[in-house]
Amino acid sequence: MTDIVPQPAPVIPVRRPSAEQSATRLKSRYAVERRFKALGLGSLMLTGLFLLLLLANITLNAIPAFSEHAAVMDVTLDPAVIDPDGKKDPAILAAADYASLTRAALMTAIPGVEGRAAKKQLASVMSSGAADDLRAKVLADPSLIGKTIKFPMLLSDDADLYFKGEGVKASSRPGTGTITASDSKGQITLTSADNAFAALTDTVSKFDLEKDDGGLVLKSSMPSHLVALNGGLVKLSKISPSSATGEVLTPLTSAGPAVGSAWQFVTYGAPEGNRQVNDQAATFLEKLKASGVVQKNFNWRFFTSGDSREPELAGIRGALVGTFLTLLVTLSLCVPIGVLAAIYLEEFAPKNWLTHIIEVNINNLAAVPSIVFGLLGLAVFLNYFGLPRSAPLVGGLVLALLVLPTIIIAARAAIKSVPPSIREAAIGLGASKQQAVFHHVLPLAMPGIMTGTIIGMAHALGETAPLLMIGMIAFIVDVPKGLTDAATVLPVQIFLWSDLPEAAFQQRTAAAIVVLLAFLLLMNGAAIWLRNKFERRW
Amino acid sequence: MDMTVANRIEAERLAPVTTAAKPAKVTAKDVNVYYGEKHALKHVNVDIPDRGVMSFIGPSGCGKSTFLRCINRMNDTISSCKVTGLITIDNQDIYDPALDVVQLRARVGMVFQKPNPFPKSIYDNVAYGPRIHGLANNKSELDQIVTASLEKAGLWGEVKDRLQDSGTGLSGGQQQRLCIARAIAVNPEVILMDEPCSALDPIATAKIETLIDDLRSNYCIIIVTHSMQQAARVSQRTAFFHLGTLVEEGPTEQIFSMPHDQRTQDYITGRFG
Ligand SMILES: Nc1ncnc2c1ncn2[C@@H]1O[C@H](COP(=O)(O)OP(=O)(O)O)[C@@H](O)[C@H]1O
Ligand SMILES: [Mg+2]
Repeated sequence: MTDIVPQPAPVIPVRRPSAEQSATRLKSRYAVERRFKALGLGSLMLTGLFLLLLLANITLNAIPAFSEHAAVMDVTLDPAVIDPDGKKDPAILAAADYASLTRAALMTAIPGVEGRAAKKQLASVMSSGAADDLRAKVLADPSLIGKTIKFPMLLSDDADLYFKGEGVKASSRPGTGTITASDSKGQITLTSADNAFAALTDTVSKFDLEKDDGGLVLKSSMPSHLVALNGGLVKLSKISPSSATGEVLTPLTSAGPAVGSAWQFVTYGAPEGNRQVNDQAATFLEKLKASGVVQKNFNWRFFTSGDSREPELAGIRGALVGTFLTLLVTLSLCVPIGVLAAIYLEEFAPKNWLTHIIEVNINNLAAVPSIVFGLLGLAVFLNYFGLPRSAPLVGGLVLALLVLPTIIIAARAAIKSVPPSIREAAIGLGASKQQAVFHHVLPLAMPGIMTGTIIGMAHALGETAPLLMIGMIAFIVDVPKGLTDAATVLPVQIFLWSDLPEAAFQQRTAAAIVVLLAFLLLMNGAAIWLRNKFERRW
Repeated sequence: MDMTVANRIEAERLAPVTTAAKPAKVTAKDVNVYYGEKHALKHVNVDIPDRGVMSFIGPSGCGKSTFLRCINRMNDTISSCKVTGLITIDNQDIYDPALDVVQLRARVGMVFQKPNPFPKSIYDNVAYGPRIHGLANNKSELDQIVTASLEKAGLWGEVKDRLQDSGTGLSGGQQQRLCIARAIAVNPEVILMDEPCSALDPIATAKIETLIDDLRSNYCIIIVTHSMQQAARVSQRTAFFHLGTLVEEGPTEQIFSMPHDQRTQDYITGRFG
């Protein structure tokens, strides 16, 4: 309105640094930047290293669990045992004593085992699952009754681990001199006139061994010493230069003398006390292996059966189905409630103190420790509403409480990120607010909502603590069939197995972790894929 | 710049002004708008004639958009916004509680500053309004509406072979014409345009201006613009806003050649704004 009168420009007092001053400043600035970069890179590499170590450790532990060993044997399906009255009635077929058949097959494969203890030992090489497999086979095809079939019989977890491990580290060296066996089986004495055992007493004398009337008593914490003679194997328990006492593991063809190269010293380098498989069982397993009947298969059982007390029979099917049912409940509750809550808060709620408090508390809920939700579930769903314990229904409800805040927050962010111009366009055309939201905003927010949902579900998938509170920790063999059946979930199954002492369960724990991680990776991958695919369409 | 268009608009502008004689389509009486405590629009009175273009000019923040958004009650979506006074369309109070705001917005279309097509197909963009208002009984009627709207918006030739392509894939100018087609598909009586060309290049701007000029024989068009040249080219009447008040309103030619108010004079000669 008034003419502009030119004014003198104000002078800003600037002190110009000298050339070397600015050079040093510049140098220190670059140095700081380099240091920062190096630190960042260092921490990144450290994290990567730990992650890699963790993954490698778990995977290495898990690998053995994905295979199982079986011995293929001739099993005679004796009609007298399976189907005495010949009617092929499934109830009778199912009730038959298949274990006696598998035991008989094993006895035929390894003949000459005598004595209760040795027979029991032999039977323990095989899993009780072998009889169940046989039953399933006969039930599926009753025409096999009366025939002799080749059947892979599952070995016990110890036998399985024996074949997966290094075995007994057997070595042998020829004997010198003459030894004479007092008997061909049982507890026997080997005597030698020319001190044939002197070499052995020298070897073992470095162990601090007890003496028993002139003989050294061998211990299970040291390598086992055996003698092979007359086609049999004797495990020594006491030796002196001129005689040795021991137990026959493999019967000799005859008692009597063996001369020079006709007999050998055998050493099992791995001490018996450190092994799950004792020397007797090891000889059985070595025999099976030598006869070529042992085969290694992929462990499908791990994915198709439920939990079991026997590690070789235990699988994650029950836990997987339980997880699926639980997450189904969670998902079907969380998505509608979460999305509707987010829409209401973002689009419809008046901006007053009440909505503000609700918003703050939703954010707070996301930070509540998960066990608290478990306690809440216990108090409300089980005690008040009387819903069944250990059920996927209750687990799903509890996890829904847990995940709901995550989904609401993600859905709100997704809805907020839809540009207001889209809403204005719809409303400007005469759409109601609800039409604008459901026709335009929601479809555009959907990828973000889905990403949030998947991440929330991945969170739920890994939860253990709240489920322990509502009893999903029970040992459950049956695969759940419905929402109210007792069930467990994968992380809880891992927790359960990790507590068990058997080495085979430790491997299964690792294998279950691998499966869980695979699912988590899959879900997170899906979330990333969705995010990239639908990013910014406007 | 398309010279023929410019010439035509220039000729139009120089023609004797007759718009004042037409009956008012939209009238505002003592309209005040508050955003919370802030008094954004003060005592605005204006009559806007049918079948013509009225432009609102003024420095930014003076309340042009605010007033424009009162006319289709878009301000209802801002919770802090309060409107007093009387605004009528065809002598009907549009703030009458008995009046359905959805019906109002079907009668008063709006085109925004930034082209905002839905991220859907071109066809669905135009068909959306007719669909929600139930203007077509079947697919072929809807097709006709879409075709006619795109034709009126001067976009048919460019998009007729790719109606199923996304509307967001068009150029800025095409997007804005798509938004105009979308607005006219519900057959409005009044079209509000809030700086429709400010995000566009000069060629696209020229096309929109030609389009506005074509549309004015059928609609009551109200356009907010930053550019005085544009106001001069497309509008028959101009209103000048300053600090929330409507300072002066009259035939465009008169506002630009002999404004009554000193503030208008200062603004159009570029002293501020
Ligand atoms: N949603 C809003 N909330 C509060 N104040 C607003 C809002 N929209 C606009 N205003 C204020 O109202 C005044 C007029 O704005 P507007 O009508 O957008 O001006 P313009 O003439 O540039 O279009 C401005 O001072 C602006 O700050
Ligand atoms: Mg504006």
